[in-house]
Amino acid sequence: MDWLARIFPNVVTMPEDFLIATGQTLYMVLVTAIISGILGLIIGITLVVTAPGKLLENHLIYNLLDKLVNLFRSIPFVILLAIISPLTRLIVGTSIGTTAAIVPLIIGVIPFYARQVQNVLLDVDGGIIEAAQSVGASPMSIILHVYLHESTAELIRASVVTLISVINLTAMAGAIGGGGLGNLAIIIGYDRFENDVIFVALLIILAMVFLIQLIGDKLAKAVDHS
Amino acid sequence: MHEPIINLKDIDVEFKQNQKVFKAVQQVSLQVEPGDIYGIVGYSGAGKSTLVRVINRLQEPSSGEVWVNGQNMLQLSKLELRNARKKIGMIFQHFNLMNQRTIADNVAFPLKSSGLSKDHINQKVQRLLELVELSDKAQAYPNQLSGGQKQRVAIARALANDPEILISDEATSALDPKTTASILALLKNLNQKLQLTVVLITHEMEAVKEICNKVAVMENGRIIERGSLLDIFSQPTQALTKDFINTATQIDQAIEKIKLQDLKLNPNRKLMHLEYVGQNTEAPLITELYRQFSVVSNILYGNMEILQATPLGNLIVVMEGASDNLASAINYCKNQGILINEVNLTEAI
Repeated sequence: MDWLARIFPNVVTMPEDFLIATGQTLYMVLVTAIISGILGLIIGITLVVTAPGKLLENHLIYNLLDKLVNLFRSIPFVILLAIISPLTRLIVGTSIGTTAAIVPLIIGVIPFYARQVQNVLLDVDGGIIEAAQSVGASPMSIILHVYLHESTAELIRASVVTLISVINLTAMAGAIGGGGLGNLAIIIGYDRFENDVIFVALLIILAMVFLIQLIGDKLAKAVDHS
Repeated sequence: MHEPIINLKDIDVEFKQNQKVFKAVQQVSLQVEPGDIYGIVGYSGAGKSTLVRVINRLQEPSSGEVWVNGQNMLQLSKLELRNARKKIGMIFQHFNLMNQRTIADNVAFPLKSSGLSKDHINQKVQRLLELVELSDKAQAYPNQLSGGQKQRVAIARALANDPEILISDEATSALDPKTTASILALLKNLNQKLQLTVVLITHEMEAVKEICNKVAVMENGRIIERGSLLDIFSQPTQALTKDFINTATQIDQAIEKIKLQDLKLNPNRKLMHLEYVGQNTEAPLITELYRQFSVVSNILYGNMEILQATPLGNLIVVMEGASDNLASAINYCKNQGILINEVNLTEAI
């Protein structure tokens, strides 16, 4: 154990902090992923099917969603954290802490994921949709059994990109006391010149990213028959 | 005359592009009777795909009436339209199979909302795959199949809801000639076995010649000529129709090649094009011409088609004889109901 203490003099004194920070990061990522995943998917699908000339063409809904997605995608995340703090307080009762960080995370990630879903679904061959229409399939059936089913592999790939981006964003949650590995690296590692803390925090984040990428790739490949 | 199963009345389809109105289909009426294999021929951009998409309202017409199976298609609710579509199968140039589903699942897809039990659906899928001779591929995915096989799957899918009508939108255009022939044979077979009415769009007269009993020729959004296959092939009136037919019978290529030969034509030696329909072909014409008029005929090109069990022949011959005899021989041909014309090589050039 001596060599470990030599290389990571500060880390070895605070294993519990790392455990807590990792837990906080996982918590933020998981909750954000589930909620943004569902809402982003719904908005992405809506954008595709309400677009001009598509299954459930609707100018009002399409334009509204399209503009909203653009708007929220243009706000830098750090600024988003600040400007929606009143909303955060309304929803979770406080504007600081890990749970409070999840609200801006969700709002920041939804439009990002919605666009990804939209792009994936737009790649589904229009001819396949037309063929489904020609056999009398309902719009709901076409969404579930054609759009989503045909693009499952690509949706997994897009989700991996989004998930990694969520991990990235949680590092900024520290700005409102959200905790997590990013926060640990900055507050303790950077501010106190404890470089080994930065390094280990980074290693853990790296491990998460690699693992997600690995599982995602394997999963996508397993379900892809094209 | 049967009641038409498909009746399109005065169909217009307009597309607006940057303030400009493009008329893809103009004032087209079309009646298809039960059991027909109706070919719609035209070059790309003629509006034939747009026209047939009106039948199941994948394309909404700008004006006109669409009657299918006695139903006014334009007055159906969304649900009624979906049910009506189940009775109109459609196959496409690029097959449009779902790549992430097995062949069996692709064929089963139209039955999802049918209310049939899983067992029942499985049986039906099996039967359909047998019909298109692909039972062994049930668990394969589309990317493991050849183009012809994919189109067979698409046909099985189109037939899942036991439609009375099958629309084929350039279904053989992406296939090689041999595969095309087998798909056409399958369509013909289905037409006879299931009394399936087929509307076949194509730019290849070959395909039409193979299986259709009626033809319409489209150009610039209009039907410029229509009729029975035999009438269209034996007596085309429009230049475009002749164009298509000549491509199919390869008369044009033949004349091109004949042009390259030194035929030493003179008033006693003429290059003639003979077309004949039906029983005329059975008369020993060339022998008769020699026996009665001492006219020697040298066949440079011959093509014989059997359309709807009626022979249709095309001959290009050099006729040689005294000019009087030659004239009598030509008259004789005309009296036999043969369409005979001198081929003007300089004009053809």
